[in-house]
Amino acid sequence: MTITNGRIIPPGTDNKEPTPAPSRRPPGIGFGRWWWALPAVALTLVVTYMATAFGAFFAFTDWTGLGDFNFVGFDNFIQVLQDPTLVGSVRNTLFLAAGFVVFTNMLGLLFALALNRTLKTRFVLRALIFMPVVLSSVAVSFVWKFIFAFDGPLNQFLEAVGLGNLKQDWLANPSLALWCILAVMVWQSIGFVMVIYLAGLATVPMELEEAAALDGAGMWQIFRSIVLPTIQPSVAIATVLTLIQGLSVFDQVLTLTGGGPADATQTLASQVYSQTFVYGAFGLGAAAALILTVFILILALIQQFIVRDRANNGD
Amino acid sequence: MHRYTKWSLAREILVVIAAIILLLPFWILISTSLKTTEEVLTSSAFAPPSAPTFDNFIQLLSPTGSQSGNVYQGLSSSLLITIGTVLVLIALSSAAAYVFARSTRKLSNNVFRIFLIAIVLPTQLGVLPLYIGARSLGLIGNPWGMIIIYTAMTMPLAVFIYSGFFRRLPRDYEEAATIDGASRFQIFSRVIFPLMAPATGTVAILAGLLVWNDFFTAVIFLNGSPYMTLPVVVYNYVGSLVSQWNLSFAVVLIAMAPVLAFYVFAQKKLMQGYAGGIKS
Repeated sequence: MTITNGRIIPPGTDNKEPTPAPSRRPPGIGFGRWWWALPAVALTLVVTYMATAFGAFFAFTDWTGLGDFNFVGFDNFIQVLQDPTLVGSVRNTLFLAAGFVVFTNMLGLLFALALNRTLKTRFVLRALIFMPVVLSSVAVSFVWKFIFAFDGPLNQFLEAVGLGNLKQDWLANPSLALWCILAVMVWQSIGFVMVIYLAGLATVPMELEEAAALDGAGMWQIFRSIVLPTIQPSVAIATVLTLIQGLSVFDQVLTLTGGGPADATQTLASQVYSQTFVYGAFGLGAAAALILTVFILILALIQQFIVRDRANNGD
Repeated sequence: MHRYTKWSLAREILVVIAAIILLLPFWILISTSLKTTEEVLTSSAFAPPSAPTFDNFIQLLSPTGSQSGNVYQGLSSSLLITIGTVLVLIALSSAAAYVFARSTRKLSNNVFRIFLIAIVLPTQLGVLPLYIGARSLGLIGNPWGMIIIYTAMTMPLAVFIYSGFFRRLPRDYEEAATIDGASRFQIFSRVIFPLMAPATGTVAILAGLLVWNDFFTAVIFLNGSPYMTLPVVVYNYVGSLVSQWNLSFAVVLIAMAPVLAFYVFAQKKLMQGYAGGIKS
């Protein structure tokens, strides 16, 4: 460690490349040592990048997780496209992700607008609505499994209000089970989206809203022309985060239906798990995981472009 | 417009009703966990327990109960793995982010980009080779192996949050400390790190909850081992019970309890962490 003895000595390693000098300070004064970053960089490179690269590599092999393997080109991907369960899992993943984005953002924004100002109970309600976000989705999903059960609360409620003919085992119905999973996902994440929008709403200038109201603008008009443009960044962040979260849905599927009935609710992540760790088809599982990764990376790229575009337009 | 009017009152009532509907699952969870098996079958799920009983909890937590071993073991390994990860993560990510934020070289910006991209890389693809690697190293079902994997998984987010804070911190502190003859390590550990307590709190909360609640990685690496974390213990235990919801909900509540207790004290910080930490 260099002790500087009362003078600022620019360390040699940091001084080779002069900066444009944005401030009055001499350029290139570094603090810390470059090797302090080494463990973090190495860990990320090995555990995240190297492992992901190897995973992508396995997607083109017929490895079972043990012994030798052969290159099979795009065979795994062709198999994914030909296997009805795997095609179904891609479709289910896209459905859940899209539904998750739409409903969580709509409800989250609604609650954020309702709890933004004025209401006396807003702080308590915010805390209560956010609560499910911090809980384990496995634990939460089991509560909902009971709610959807044949002798569970949902059916009891339907009978009580005279809709007894709707009574059924919700999670055992192939066309409804996916909606049930979506409902649980949305329920748990409303609070998460709500706090992102609340942070955005705090930046909306109140005077502008009041002026518009004085000029006779309706609630919808104020929302569309003042509130929504201001919270654009929050909308972008909330949509991308919920999209990524929705695409990698796993906990709720395994807990609520286990992918059933008859594989009707399998998702890409649940297929990665079962193909690899239950059936030992490493190559196939890796192919499913690679498809998921490509989906997410494309979305992240699109989001980057949108954000950059907005920055260039001086917004 | 923002005065409290009749319209506000109507809105308030509406929102409270909506919130009550949203929170109904918690009521069902708590009341069912306090019922006997017989009452669960005969009474309405919305009705409060006629004679609240803690039998389900006692059966799970008493040292003689058949499942108590699993519950305590789940709690202790969840605690060990979460705390271990958060400590290692804070040490490594704060140092790394500090170097990136304070270095003016181009290289450090490019290295920083490694973390930015890693934030969106999903774990599903990398987990397969990691599993093989861990298996050949004998790290399957090993809490220390989990700490390494979780630290790496939460690293990008932590570095991202820390650099945001470091960039906003003026260099005056470091310059003053340098003049006083402090070494670089002293500057970082005695001057900068304490100033970063809010960032450290955000990192600890976000990473801690991510690890504590993680199921995907935990079920792959720890299932069947003596170090299963709580989500895996709950998943296995409830799966083994056929429709014994009162007992299931007791274990669900026990698993939720530590986070809920924490939430009561730190809900404001938690909400800020989620809204700000992910955004900034």
